[in-house]
Amino acid sequence: METDLLGIIATFVLTILLAWPLGKYISAIYTGAPHWSDKIFGGIERLFYKIGGINPKLEMTWQESLKALLSINLIWFLFAMFILMNQGWLPWNPDHNPSMSPDLAFNTAVSFLVNCNLQHYSGETGMSYLGQITCLMFLQFVTAATGMAACAVVFKAMREQTSQKLGNFYTYFIQSNTRILLPLALIVASLLLFEGVPMNIEGKASIHTLEGNTVQVARGPAAAMVAIKQLGTNGGGFFGANSSHPLENPTYWSNAIESISIILIPIAMVFALGFYLNRKKLALVIFGVMTVGFLALIAPALYFEWQGNPAIDHLGVAQTLGNMEGKETRFGTTFSTYWAIITTVTSNGSVNAMHDSLMPLTGMSALLGMMINALYGGVGVGFLNFYVFIIISVFIAGLMVGRTPELFGKKIEAREMKIATLIALLHPFLILLGTAIASYVAHQKPDIGWLNNPGFHGFSEMLYEYTSSAANNGSGFEGLGDNTPFWNISTGIVLILSRYIPIIGPVAIAGILAKKKHIPSGAGTLQLDTLTFGILMFAVILILVALAFFPALTLGPLAEHFSLK
Amino acid sequence: MKNQLFTAIKLSLACFILLVVIYPLAVLGIAQFTPNKGDVDFVKVRDKIVGVRQIGQTYTQAKYFWGRPSAVNYDAGVSGGSNKGPSNPDYIQTVQARRDTFLVHNPSVKANEIPAELLTASGSGLDPHISLQSALVQVARVAKARNHSTEIIQKVVMNSLEKSPAGTPFVNVLELNLALDRL
Repeated sequence: METDLLGIIATFVLTILLAWPLGKYISAIYTGAPHWSDKIFGGIERLFYKIGGINPKLEMTWQESLKALLSINLIWFLFAMFILMNQGWLPWNPDHNPSMSPDLAFNTAVSFLVNCNLQHYSGETGMSYLGQITCLMFLQFVTAATGMAACAVVFKAMREQTSQKLGNFYTYFIQSNTRILLPLALIVASLLLFEGVPMNIEGKASIHTLEGNTVQVARGPAAAMVAIKQLGTNGGGFFGANSSHPLENPTYWSNAIESISIILIPIAMVFALGFYLNRKKLALVIFGVMTVGFLALIAPALYFEWQGNPAIDHLGVAQTLGNMEGKETRFGTTFSTYWAIITTVTSNGSVNAMHDSLMPLTGMSALLGMMINALYGGVGVGFLNFYVFIIISVFIAGLMVGRTPELFGKKIEAREMKIATLIALLHPFLILLGTAIASYVAHQKPDIGWLNNPGFHGFSEMLYEYTSSAANNGSGFEGLGDNTPFWNISTGIVLILSRYIPIIGPVAIAGILAKKKHIPSGAGTLQLDTLTFGILMFAVILILVALAFFPALTLGPLAEHFSLK
Repeated sequence: MKNQLFTAIKLSLACFILLVVIYPLAVLGIAQFTPNKGDVDFVKVRDKIVGVRQIGQTYTQAKYFWGRPSAVNYDAGVSGGSNKGPSNPDYIQTVQARRDTFLVHNPSVKANEIPAELLTASGSGLDPHISLQSALVQVARVAKARNHSTEIIQKVVMNSLEKSPAGTPFVNVLELNLALDRL
């Protein structure tokens, strides 16, 4: 296990080393100053502006940016619904998979539209190749770019002295696609191809095995989709078993490449902020808070997976490799646990092991990653969530020292605080309300057949599903029988609210602050790029999350842990 | 609002051409340079396909090494794990039954020598590998069924070992069994 541990440490360090220059690159792109990448991508972008009738020089207010964001999302939703409900008869469907029912199509369309990728279907039997590529993979690119563009608007607002003009949303969106996501996806897809991830257009192969059984082997254009599903913190896999599937993630190296892709852009966005505002120390403080939180989640998770299942120990067999239920031999417990935590802190949601079979407190670490939803977080939106915590921390710090709270020379007043608090409370509200309703229904109708596991673990399955939806994560305790109208519609509503409100809120706060008069910093100004403020932010996150979720965690994973003998 | 919707449609079309037409075609083009030209890695014996290297299979005969339990019976048309929680009594019973079955088929093995990995289902249900320990614990059975000494079988196992860059060594069960058939 010691060498395994070195493997994940090396992967994490390499990710940070790659994220630093990428952050610098992202900052340069959003700044909009002349850059070497103009020569490569400028031509194609001018074509985009021409087709879209967009003037890239025209700066927009925060309201105009949000209108543009919501309009284009509406178009994508309608398009996705059409493809998903008609893929059965549309071309490029070699396995003759059926069209989706309206409630499943609604859930799938919404979940890919909001960058969540909760999958209530299995790719092998539930999607045509046309649907996978033109609908799901398309959304994996553009929704990631949407989050990044919204983040760029907030970056710009944080830098402005007194202004209403916050850059051109369309430009941010297009450049996020052409200059960041697409080149990275091409690189990652190529690396995965050489590790054995398939990219072909034929349907399932029928083969006779060594012992003479006839089995079908699903394949298809997977490599293109797997690359962007990881880079864009989407997580929606080509095959049902996601990245535990040996064709989606065939080797130790493919696993390392995909692990790096999961947190590369989320970390790079934090560094990008530092370069953009020319406050690298602040970026490092934020990165430090996120990393301490991440380590606090992964350490117990590794411990409990290595220990294995005490109930299996009682059977007298050798559990030297740890808890291997739901895990793949080529990854082992260590890399599987690393993945379980990075995928939940980043709102990615792809899995290389089945989370339903994790030890109770490992499952709790995964849940906490999504409950906080800002330790690195999703591409773009992760920082937006963290921004809300910054606002709240600045406000509390201001009260503690008895001064008007201010952020970069802008007073934070009642209106901004109301928005920030609303966003901070919306997340637990949606999760706990959904879980409460589902628990009530499951209790009233014990034979409803949702739950794959009895007792406390069954409760955890429902809690996980709503937490994953509200965090726009997409992983699941997949034992939950979730392809029913109840789950499709209820999680669909949670998905919509928990995507757009936490984008609208921070953009609005940033926009309102940008318009305010700038007060030059003096001796009494609260310094944000200090260890003290870092500790304060950490404490604020801890207290908010603990207060909101501790009771629910007690009923699920904690109770299961203490009852497991 | 109306203008924004038109812009949105036109911009989406442009994105569509770049991301859904050009990008997948580029990846498909690069795939032609890989050893399997973007397809799965078919394994052939005398020009007859007997499996896919990356995908596990069901083995029931004593003369073959067995893979891990599968929640989908190694039907690669689908995939998935058992999704059983660690405290589920049914799940513990299932593992116990697998242990007992294994002991019946491998009478020389003691319970504490069986790696739990060989009794628990993988995440994909298609895991093509088992750890070195899980292979070694089956050597006596395979040797007896094939009328070979355990040393010879063990040597085949060690020759099939895949070196994991970090961590536990493992073998590809299909390749190991094919190596046995070539003895």
